[in-house]
Amino acid sequence: MLLKELSEAFGVSGHEGAVRRVIVDAIKDLVDEHRVDALGNLIALKKGSGESKRKVMVAAHMDEVGLMIVYVEREGSLRFRPVGGIDDRVLLSKKVLIGDNKVPGVIGVKPIHLLEPKQRNQVMRVEEMSIDIGAASKDEAEHSVKLGDYAAFDVPFTELGGTLRTVKGKAFDDRAGCAVLIELLRGSYPFDLYAAFTVQEEVGMRGAQVAAYSIAPDVAFALEGTICDDLPKKRDVSPTTTLGAGPAITVMDRSVIADPRLVNLLAETAQKNGIPYQFKQPGIGGTDAGAIHLSRQGVPSVVVAVPSRYIHAPVCVLSLDDLDNAVRLMRETLAQVQGLDLDR
Amino acid sequence: MQTKEFLKKLSEASGVSGYEAPVRELVREEFLQYTQELRVDPMGSLIACKRGEPNGAGPRRSIMLAGHMDEIGLLVTKLEKGFLRFGTVGGFDLRVLLGQEVVVHGKKDLPGVIGTRPPHVLSAEEQEHILPLDKLFIDVGLSPEELAQWVRVGDIITIQRGFTELSNNLVSGKAFDDRAAVACIANCLQHLTTLRHTWDVYAVATVQEEVGLKGALTSAFGIAPDVGIAIDVGHGNMLGVPEVDTVNVGGGPALAIGPNIHPTMYSRLVDVAKANEISYQPDAIPGRSGTDAWAMQVAREGMPTALISIPLRYMHTSVETISLKDVERIGRLLALFISGLNEEFARDIGLPQAPA
Repeated sequence: MLLKELSEAFGVSGHEGAVRRVIVDAIKDLVDEHRVDALGNLIALKKGSGESKRKVMVAAHMDEVGLMIVYVEREGSLRFRPVGGIDDRVLLSKKVLIGDNKVPGVIGVKPIHLLEPKQRNQVMRVEEMSIDIGAASKDEAEHSVKLGDYAAFDVPFTELGGTLRTVKGKAFDDRAGCAVLIELLRGSYPFDLYAAFTVQEEVGMRGAQVAAYSIAPDVAFALEGTICDDLPKKRDVSPTTTLGAGPAITVMDRSVIADPRLVNLLAETAQKNGIPYQFKQPGIGGTDAGAIHLSRQGVPSVVVAVPSRYIHAPVCVLSLDDLDNAVRLMRETLAQVQGLDLDR
Repeated sequence: MQTKEFLKKLSEASGVSGYEAPVRELVREEFLQYTQELRVDPMGSLIACKRGEPNGAGPRRSIMLAGHMDEIGLLVTKLEKGFLRFGTVGGFDLRVLLGQEVVVHGKKDLPGVIGTRPPHVLSAEEQEHILPLDKLFIDVGLSPEELAQWVRVGDIITIQRGFTELSNNLVSGKAFDDRAAVACIANCLQHLTTLRHTWDVYAVATVQEEVGLKGALTSAFGIAPDVGIAIDVGHGNMLGVPEVDTVNVGGGPALAIGPNIHPTMYSRLVDVAKANEISYQPDAIPGRSGTDAWAMQVAREGMPTALISIPLRYMHTSVETISLKDVERIGRLLALFISGLNEEFARDIGLPQAPA
């Protein structure tokens, strides 16, 4: 399964090469041109039939949150900092792979037996943690690892099954979006479709900003693996999205107010085709659309996302039904885009 | 089997306290390579006996080696909206549970994950707190109806973690506490196939150590050996922990000294280590050792007991880290110690003598 390959590839923000290689292999026979820009974005063009002069950009980011080695201790332990937003509390007792040689290491912790009772309830800060690769000295550690190396969680992709067709793995934010975008490239469209597999979303939508500039699209869609916070809670305000309830359409998040004409087109298309869908709870999270909609003189933009539990933690869970329905919804919607009145 | 391969199999197997059957079968298979005399006691401990060579007119003597095969784990306490609430079996650090992969042993094994709320929806204040058990849930990706079909309250859950080789002969994984000791004992039995010994050797993989040294208590009673050695793990050196609290990973067996240890057992272990150039580390334990040795020492009328610890970092997490060299050294030390046991030692340590 392509999602497995995408999920298991390493691509912490700033170091997306391995993911890009997987994607190039998957799309090279589906597109007319592809190139890699200065930041590392993979931009592919699927030429249209010529019926429509519109340029449509569909973006998904290749990068994932992860860690970077910032210091090597005399004893050989590695100090690290997060790349992107990671809750310190999910880091302890995890296995990571470091650098291009995938050197294995573990994030250990002082055992509970040696803790003062009050320490048991104290959050351990990332600054206090270290990675153990088995090296006994700084010299020895620096044989296999160097300052600035990226580290990612080591999590095999697994199918959980059931009626929701759930799977677990790492980095579904946003390899789920990448998987949807690759599927879309199998279709044919009346307009030129620019597929942008972007870099550095997790550190501030850096890739999308320059990709949107160079593509200069008339309309844009960002594809995401988004927050699904549906664990039981005492005071349940909103799960943001719900697993298995279909692709989530963003009306507004912290980075963008989606173009209402695109929101309506998506919702109407879903209804017309009997595709389940949901609206993401407004106001939470940010996506590449935040950068794209401000490109040049502005670009009408919207986000379609696959709900994914536990994003920004080592292991995520999503429903393949949601992913398939995101593909369907996007296909049907793209078929309508040429007729959409985008004049103000 | 090679020590590393055996340890990998043991570590990746499931065997939460009271539910040791899966790991016991692996131990049985391995111990059968060295002796056909095997039994499982009513509590579930696996007891293998490798008989010593006949010792003329002297009494039959025996030594018990104990390593516990159980691990700490979790169990289902409630099904809620398609998720599982859970409790702990043994001493868990709640700080290491978030984002951990697990296997729920329902009517079939279900892989799952301990859910986390994404930082996007959490206030800074919320990220200041360790989540108590009542805010933790396991997700196996099934609908509420499917979940009820496969899982019930009381089902056992093990943490999922693959065995990992680090550099310097260090390895990392779950349940090295105390499966690494079982690997030491297997290694010892392997050495004993080429060493002469007159004492019977009871190799025991005990159960329910993590919930109160229970398997050692009953198996020591059942065997009634002359002397006993428990093999367990001791806190290894790591960043941020004072040296006084630790022994060095890769520094050789840690030999315990203290009220739990018979001084003659200790000094003989030291003599054997020195004579064979096996590096070792003295490990002062001023009271309760918290190991099977504590239960063995007071079985029946009491027995001379020793404790050998494998230096281990990050105890009771899924990334426990040890040196394979230490495991092999302990296997060899045990075998050499056993092959040197004789009536002179029995007299030195004060065992009852055969009537003249």
